[in-house]
Amino acid sequence: MDTYRGVTVFGETSEGKLSSITTDLLGGGRTLADRLREELSCLLFGHEVSGVAEEAIAYGADTVYVVEDAQLKDYQTDTYTPAAAELVQEIQPRILLFGQNDIGRDLAPRLAFRLGTGLSTDCIELDIDTETTLLQQTRPVCGGNALATVVCQTLPQMATVRRKAMSSLERDDTRKGKVVTFSVTIDPDKVRTRIINRVTEEAPGIRLEDAAVIVSGGRGIGSREGFQRLEELAKLLKGAVGATRLPCESGWVPTAVQIGLTGKVVTPELYFAIAISGASQHLAGCLSAKTIVAINRDPDANIFNVAHFGAVGDWQQILPSFIEKVREFKDK
Amino acid sequence: MNMIVCCKQIPDPEAPPASFKIDSSTHNVIPPPGFPPVISPFDLNAVEAALRIKNKSGGTVIILSLGNKLLPEIIKKPLSMGADELVLLEDEAFEGGDSWSTAHALAKAIKTIGAYDIIFCGRQAADWDAGQVGSGIAELLEIPSITLAKEVDIVDGKAQVGRVLDDWYEVVETTLPALITVSNELGEPRYPTMKGIMEATKKQPTRWKPADIGLEAIKAGASGRCTRVLKLFQPIREAHCEIVSGESPDEVGANLATRLREEKVFKF
Repeated sequence: MDTYRGVTVFGETSEGKLSSITTDLLGGGRTLADRLREELSCLLFGHEVSGVAEEAIAYGADTVYVVEDAQLKDYQTDTYTPAAAELVQEIQPRILLFGQNDIGRDLAPRLAFRLGTGLSTDCIELDIDTETTLLQQTRPVCGGNALATVVCQTLPQMATVRRKAMSSLERDDTRKGKVVTFSVTIDPDKVRTRIINRVTEEAPGIRLEDAAVIVSGGRGIGSREGFQRLEELAKLLKGAVGATRLPCESGWVPTAVQIGLTGKVVTPELYFAIAISGASQHLAGCLSAKTIVAINRDPDANIFNVAHFGAVGDWQQILPSFIEKVREFKDK
Repeated sequence: MNMIVCCKQIPDPEAPPASFKIDSSTHNVIPPPGFPPVISPFDLNAVEAALRIKNKSGGTVIILSLGNKLLPEIIKKPLSMGADELVLLEDEAFEGGDSWSTAHALAKAIKTIGAYDIIFCGRQAADWDAGQVGSGIAELLEIPSITLAKEVDIVDGKAQVGRVLDDWYEVVETTLPALITVSNELGEPRYPTMKGIMEATKKQPTRWKPADIGLEAIKAGASGRCTRVLKLFQPIREAHCEIVSGESPDEVGANLATRLREEKVFKF
C-alpha cells in the first residue's frame, strides 16, 4: 500500500489538442498533488498523441506517460482496460482521476473492478483529509437531491469528475516536466468487441457545453414547432437550445440536446428554463448556470426554488413580448 | 437467448423534491410518505430490451434483484411485463452495500444461475446514480461489457449495440455472453398486461441468501464495501427567485426583459 504516490489524470485529446476536461482535471489534480506534496502525472493513450504531451506539462503535469498503439486509436472497453490497468499498476498512483464523460463513464468502473479498488463517479468536489490524507469525494446522489461525501478504503482512490467541477490553470509553456513513453500488451484474442459504425452526432449550431446562453424547454413546449420559438430566442442571444428528457424522447429536438443527470451537464452564464417544472434529474444538469430565468404557468413549480428570475404564466403568451423587447435592446 | 436482467427497488425518483428527506446519521434516504418504492426506471428499460429480444428471437428472461424488505407487488413488475422467472437475493446481510459489494453478490448469483447469453442492467440506479455495477459484474464474470445501449440487435449469434454518447453515436458488436447496460433512449418499457399480472401473482420467486450463492457474509452488503460514506446531506439552495409581474402576459414578458437588462445579464 505504501508504494502508492501521486495524482494521475487520465488524459484525452480532441483534434490534436488536449481536451478541456483534461486541462480542468490537471488544474484540480495539481491542487490535490500540491496538498499531498506529491507528483501530478497525466496518461495519454491513443494513436499519434505524443504531440500533446508538452501541452499537458504546460497545464500542470510533472510527468506525462504516453502510450501509442494503433489498437488504441478508437476507444473500446476491451482495449483500453488492459492498457490502462498495466500502466496504472506500473505507476501506482494514490489518486486516479477521469472525466465523467463518454470514456470515463465506461472505462473507470471496469478498470476499478480490474484493479480491485473503489471508485466514486460524477464527483463535483474533491479534497484531501488533512489527518488521513484520504481523498474526500463529494458527489450528487438521488438525482441531485442530496450530496454524499465518500472515501475509498483501497488504493488507488479512483474518481470520475463532472465537467467544469474543476478549473484549468493558465497555460504556461515554461513549465518543465518529463515525458515517458510506455508500451502495453493488448492481446487481440481478448478483444471481443468491434466498432461497426461510429458517427459524430453534431447538433446544429453552438455546442451546449460551450454555450454562454441556453434556452431550454420542457414538456410544456408541446411540439417541434414550439421549440422553434425557443430557437428564435437562442439565435438572438447567440445561444443554444436545450431540453429536458421528454422533448428529446418525443422527437421534438435531437437527443443530443438533453440536459440533466443522464444528458449533458452545462454551465452557461444565462439559462432559460421554459415550461420546465424543475425535476431534480434535469436540475442536476443546469444548476451551475450563473443566472437561471424560469417561465412556468405553475407558481409552485420547483424550478422557482432554484431560478433567480421568474415569470408565472403561459410561455406562449409571455415569450413573444419578451423576444420583441430583447430584440429592441439588441438593436439599440 | 438466455437473458438475466438485474433490477433494483429504490425510493421513487419522481417523488416531488420537497418530499425528499434523508437521515444524515444513518446515511439513508427516508422513503417519501405516500410514494411507494419503484424499480429503478433504467432497469425497466433493461427489462424492455430483454423482452424485445425474447419476442423477436425467443428465449427466457430471468430477473435478479438484491436487497432487503423487497415489496412483492413492486419487485414482481418485470414478471407482469413478460419476464419468466424472478430470483431474489433477499437478506439483511445484503443491506447497506456499495457498487463493489453489490456487483460481487450479483456476479455470484449469476454464476449460480449458470446459463446466460446476455446480462442486462440499467445504466445506473436512479438512487445512488453510480453507474458501476454493470461494468463490475462483467469484469468479475470476465465477459465483455457494453454500456449505455439505446438499441440491441442479435445478428449471427452476436449482439450489435447502438450506444448513447455525448460526442458521438456508435454501434459496437460483441461476442456473447456479454453484459449490456441500457439507457432510457431505448424507449418506454411496456405496460404490464392483465394476463401478465395474473401470471406474475402465481409465480413464486427463488430466494437466495449469501450462503446459497457461495458468498461469505463478511463480503455482502455493508461489510463488503470498498468505499465508506462520511456524510450524506442536502445541499442548501438560496431560494430567492424574483418573480416579475405585469398587468398582462405581454407586459410580463416585456418587464422580464427589462429587468434582466437592468441586471446586465444580456451580452450582445
